[in-house]
Amino acid sequence: MSAQLHLDNLQITCNGAPLVALDATVHAGEVLSVMGPSGIGKSTLLAAVMGTLPPGFAMTGRIRLNGQDITHLPPEKRRVGILYQEELLFPHLSVAGNLAFALPRHLRGRNKRRAHVDAALEQIGLAGFGPRDPATLSGGQKARVALMRMLLAEPRALLLDEPFSRLDAALRGQIRQLVFDRARAQGLPVLLVTHDAADAQAAGGPVVELG
Amino acid sequence: MRPLRAAPALTLILMLGPVAAGLLGTLAPALGVLPALGGVRPGLTPFDTLLHWPGLPRAVGLSLGTGLAATAISLAVVVLFVAGWQGGRAMRGLERLLAPLLSVPHAAAAFGIAFLIAPSGWVARALSPWATGWDRPPDLLIVQDPWGVAMVAGLVAKEVPFLLLMTLAALPQARPVQRMGVARALGYGPVTGWLKAVFPAVYAQIRLPVYAVLAYSMSVVDVAIILGPNTPPPLAVQVVRWMADPDLSMRFTASAGAVLQLVLVVGALALWHLGERLAGATGRRWATGGARRHGDGALRALGLGAVTLAGLAVVAGLAGLAVWSVAGFWAFPDALPGGLSLRHWGAQAPALADTAGRTVWIAGAATALAMALVLACLEAEHRFGLTPGARSLWLLYAPLLVPQVAFLPGVQTLALMGGVNVGMGAVILGHLVFVLPYVFLSLAAPWRAWDRRYATVAAALGAGPGRIFWTVRLPMLAAPVLTAAAVGFAVSVGQYLPTLLIGGGRVQTLTTEAVALASGGDRRVIGVTALMQTGVVVLGFALALALPRVIARNRRGLRPE
Repeated sequence: MSAQLHLDNLQITCNGAPLVALDATVHAGEVLSVMGPSGIGKSTLLAAVMGTLPPGFAMTGRIRLNGQDITHLPPEKRRVGILYQEELLFPHLSVAGNLAFALPRHLRGRNKRRAHVDAALEQIGLAGFGPRDPATLSGGQKARVALMRMLLAEPRALLLDEPFSRLDAALRGQIRQLVFDRARAQGLPVLLVTHDAADAQAAGGPVVELG
Repeated sequence: MRPLRAAPALTLILMLGPVAAGLLGTLAPALGVLPALGGVRPGLTPFDTLLHWPGLPRAVGLSLGTGLAATAISLAVVVLFVAGWQGGRAMRGLERLLAPLLSVPHAAAAFGIAFLIAPSGWVARALSPWATGWDRPPDLLIVQDPWGVAMVAGLVAKEVPFLLLMTLAALPQARPVQRMGVARALGYGPVTGWLKAVFPAVYAQIRLPVYAVLAYSMSVVDVAIILGPNTPPPLAVQVVRWMADPDLSMRFTASAGAVLQLVLVVGALALWHLGERLAGATGRRWATGGARRHGDGALRALGLGAVTLAGLAVVAGLAGLAVWSVAGFWAFPDALPGGLSLRHWGAQAPALADTAGRTVWIAGAATALAMALVLACLEAEHRFGLTPGARSLWLLYAPLLVPQVAFLPGVQTLALMGGVNVGMGAVILGHLVFVLPYVFLSLAAPWRAWDRRYATVAAALGAGPGRIFWTVRLPMLAAPVLTAAAVGFAVSVGQYLPTLLIGGGRVQTLTTEAVALASGGDRRVIGVTALMQTGVVVLGFALALALPRVIARNRRGLRPE
């Protein structure tokens, strides 16, 4: 069965007051864009799918991924990847360290893991950047490392929280294309929240307006 | 998972348990009940004995007077300085000096100031003989003066950096730049505008630290022994003397005195609170009265001058200690000794090395325990979505608001009654009571300010809560964790009364050694001991500052600024 992300009758309340409601299915390789002004609860929706709703928020409905009900799984067991507006590379680790953090445990042995990291760096055109301090990378380089880090963890779905809005116009299109291409190539269902219509347009998938 | 959930409760028990038990252990003998010493029938005899002590009115007056004066002056100095120099270059310069100033133990700072203002100190030497006509140290009671002026000066010098740190931490929440922008645009002078528009919001934030300063200043023992009057001393010192009296029946009187000290502190806090309301009412009328400036230039100068004097007193005091510790013969009006020698270091160091080792061991153990508990509490808060309310802040401050001298005698009495063999372990647990709040207060803000999306990203990469804590959050927050550890270490090293009373006089640290030298000790020996006490603390801070820089030397994203 191909990968699908089902959001069945999701309803999120904040201290009892309704905030967001969504009922949707995202197919493999498809991008569902959720649009709406800031403060409408787009990020809360992603937190619900991640399983990291802050205290005070409650959710009803079910989240299913590839037929598995993940509604009550802890975040680290869901295998749902997320990219934020900021790259959030771990500042205490090198670029290679950030990528190795994401590599699954079943890849054993230092040499094998390093080979995987090196290959991943080459794929994003950053061969030899492994020992670098992530703080010294350019914005585009950071974005690529963050994407690759996410993909190395072998996610089954991808969440995007306005990940392109901080990049300058030239870079934005390029990174956007890279993210969508990789997601499509790996057959990942993608949930994108954005307030930028160009993002939704580039995604080419269905669009849901909140608010 | 389960032990973590119990962390906040365990921390509260370890922090407040000794305080509560100690208060009971003080109250019972104060009411005549102490079976071990034959006290079985409750009565008010101990209070009767206390009331008949001729020194009581003066001892009570000293506790109230020095405590209120030190607190009011420290607060005024800090407020004037911050009002006049917020965001300026003087402020940034001082911020850098704050940590080292704070890390100087109270006893060492007090000795330094005592050496400075003594008849044979640098102040008298600088003025002699040209201004004073003295060609030998005058026979004046400057240090340990009967009014406690020297003691207030010593307290102010140490409390100004503390309140300044607390004020600077509270300042951003008052949005001072915006408020001052409005006030200045309406024509208010810098100091007047700050007092009218920013101060009320800041004071609401630093109220608890101010209370802690008041409670501490009223009941401090080590500074009072070094700088305060002797006959009679402030009440807290007298309680400790009674506790140490070979006549064990004096413990009843000591307990009654300790209870009185508690009542005094509670009363003074109530009085201060009343003062706050009065000042608030008056201030509101003043703020809406329309006056734009009140000699703002002079006030700014006064604030800067007072803060500089406080800082200088500590720094010059330490320099004085250093010079005395290597001084050979030092004739009176000369600014420097005729000869220098390391003889005293050579003579004292071997014996003191042992004491220093014990001091470091106690402080290290108390800090490690405190750090483990605080991290567990903060992690529990994060994982279980607990939201600490305003009440938890009061609980955190409780060990700093209840005077040490009110409950530590009770702890000693309880240990005595239970036949517990007190030793290092008990002293470490005693220090923990005071180390915990400081470690928590200094770590909580940076820990909570951490961007939680890092945790979400790590979880999305498959990391569970334990792995996130150990491999992401802790390394990213290594710098504030180490700073908090250094603060806790400094607090422990500086503890005098817990070491003395819980250790039953048998556990010696650099602090108890130094304070014991206060009455008639050799200046050179005092210099060596107090410098070692300071050195241990400074070493801790140096390590805490250096380690993250070394570890993260290739990680720009981790460096502050």
